[in-house]
Amino acid sequence: MAFPLETAANPEKLRRVAIDPVSRVEGHGKVTLLLDDRGRVQQVRLHIVEFRGFEKFIQGRPYWEVPVMVQRLCGICPVSHHLAASKALDVVVGAARLTPTAEKIRRLMHYGQIMQSHAVHFFHLCSPDLLFGFDSDASRRNIVAVAQAHPEIARQGVLLRRYGQEIIRVTAGKRVHGTGSVPGGVNKAVTREERDLLLADAYQMIAWSRGAVRLIKDLHAQNPALYNSFGSFRSNLMSLAGAGGALDFYHGRLRARSENGDLLFDGVDYRGYADLIHEEVKPWSYMKFPFFTALGKEKGWYRVGPLSRVQNCDFIPTPLAEAERREFVDYSGGTPTHAPLAYHWARMIEMLHAVETIKDLLHDDDILGGELTVTGTRAQEGVGVIEAPRGTLIHHYRVGEDDLVTMCNLIVSTTHNNQAMNEAIRNVAQRYLRGHEITEGLLNHIEVAIRAFDPCLSCATHALGKMPLAVELVDAQGALVDALSRDGDGALRREGRP
Amino acid sequence: MSGASAGVVVFAVGNRSRGDDAIGPLLLERLEAWLAGVDRGADFALIEDFQLQIEHALDLAGRRLALFVDAGTGTPAPYDFRTIGAAAPGGSHSSHALGPAAVLGVYRQVTGEDPPPAFVLCVRGERFALGEDPSPAARVHIEAAWRQLAALCERPDPEHWRATAARLSDGLAAAESRVAVSAAG
Repeated sequence: MAFPLETAANPEKLRRVAIDPVSRVEGHGKVTLLLDDRGRVQQVRLHIVEFRGFEKFIQGRPYWEVPVMVQRLCGICPVSHHLAASKALDVVVGAARLTPTAEKIRRLMHYGQIMQSHAVHFFHLCSPDLLFGFDSDASRRNIVAVAQAHPEIARQGVLLRRYGQEIIRVTAGKRVHGTGSVPGGVNKAVTREERDLLLADAYQMIAWSRGAVRLIKDLHAQNPALYNSFGSFRSNLMSLAGAGGALDFYHGRLRARSENGDLLFDGVDYRGYADLIHEEVKPWSYMKFPFFTALGKEKGWYRVGPLSRVQNCDFIPTPLAEAERREFVDYSGGTPTHAPLAYHWARMIEMLHAVETIKDLLHDDDILGGELTVTGTRAQEGVGVIEAPRGTLIHHYRVGEDDLVTMCNLIVSTTHNNQAMNEAIRNVAQRYLRGHEITEGLLNHIEVAIRAFDPCLSCATHALGKMPLAVELVDAQGALVDALSRDGDGALRREGRP
Repeated sequence: MSGASAGVVVFAVGNRSRGDDAIGPLLLERLEAWLAGVDRGADFALIEDFQLQIEHALDLAGRRLALFVDAGTGTPAPYDFRTIGAAAPGGSHSSHALGPAAVLGVYRQVTGEDPPPAFVLCVRGERFALGEDPSPAARVHIEAAWRQLAALCERPDPEHWRATAARLSDGLAAAESRVAVSAAG
């Protein structure tokens, strides 16, 4: 069964095979490269398991259970879901403005989440690629090799991550399945002992984060041709922007820029997200493709996450990170950088900002006590938006008079980045595919492009035996030409070749 | 239960809200109750999480034995018990999870020391959809795995566990061989 191809130059010359829903995703991710009749890559489809069944999971539940329940959606950023749901339900309980204690504790929790997520991403997922290159021997492109060559890097990554987890434990009550944030505020303050314990290590964390920014800057300087061009494509950018245009992960208004850096919209109240963004459904993927309504689906798709946030804001409200932001902007001559590998640089600037903010919040006695919750006039509907580690996260709920959730809608950062990830992979595949064979080198390059975004992979399920990534090549007649996958233990498996 | 001085650490990996992904946490829950009943909880650190991450390497410090309990897809039924060694935690396109062997690898890189003897109890699951209860098949597998887990924890000794893993591996190989012969016949 054929469908029109949305990104092909000559769609009439192409066919594609409709993928049965059951086989749409095998394992954690699958990439299909579609060739035209001349054997060139025309389209790419990144298949990712999405949060299917979420609405059914939440509907009918009492609203106060939701901030805890939604953490089961994602094992890597449960705090982001915890807080986005809380923000939406603040509106429902009539908490127009949280108390200073509640807002600062939530911020502390969230910045701890950003920090630990960015640390694990950079130090343990990307540093092997960045330090050894994508073409290096596979046995060297792993974190053990990084540890041997840069013994401090791997250790710092683990300890940064653990520090962020400790902040989450202190503010949310537990390292996982925390309950700290509730509709209208928080349910506990930080004790003086907890604060002092965290403060003791805060300056070390700042020093390590500065080192990480320095490292990624050095890598860009050493090979600008690679870092500026690998998988690069131009797109619009979107994020929240805080007061005065500040970088703010917890709260703000929606702002978007064009690929040239011009403002498309600014200061938009996120409660109106549904008018701003439409989501296109494509028959080959469960994951929708959002776009700015005003620009249409062809020109209105966009990307979110560190690269958008750092370039979308006017300033970063902590001094060390702001100095790094200025250097980042100068590096690209004042116009937006679109290279996926620049995500890593932006991500480390954000980690530095997160740790600086954590230090400032720990020095603020408001986190030690005071009013924890507020309520007001009850509402039937609430929207909460937050900047999660991978980008803008939208939670939207309607609640009945009986306190049960009647509707929920959720747009995660991976969904916002859906089209962008496909574009990055297409760029890489067009450049590195040779003939009709998926080589290990091509698989490596595709993985590098995906890693820059680090998409959510419905990761709340993790079972042994799942396949991390499969890449398949399909010709213009819809026939499988080649397929290569990498197992969880790193072993390659080739399938489907006639 | 997560005693820092406990000699044995048991990691249970999975999400209770996703069908058979709850296998690990359900077994851990049962283990915790059993340990309390026999007053042996002090020697066991029990850690439950959605998935393994780099910081779990730090939970291996000072242990003499480590066990990872997880659901599997397409893995032997009702369960597989095997010894594992440290492996390089590379080769993934996602930061969302590490395998047990990779956690051991992180431990080695961070401490410069060999990790404790480590084993995986992988229990086969069938359905992992959000909001589902464990499947009937998974419940049967859990019962079988629980008997094995309790037997292991009655005697938390690396040599005993290695011998058990070898015995089960031989049994599995023999069963597979019988299936192959039967299919060929």
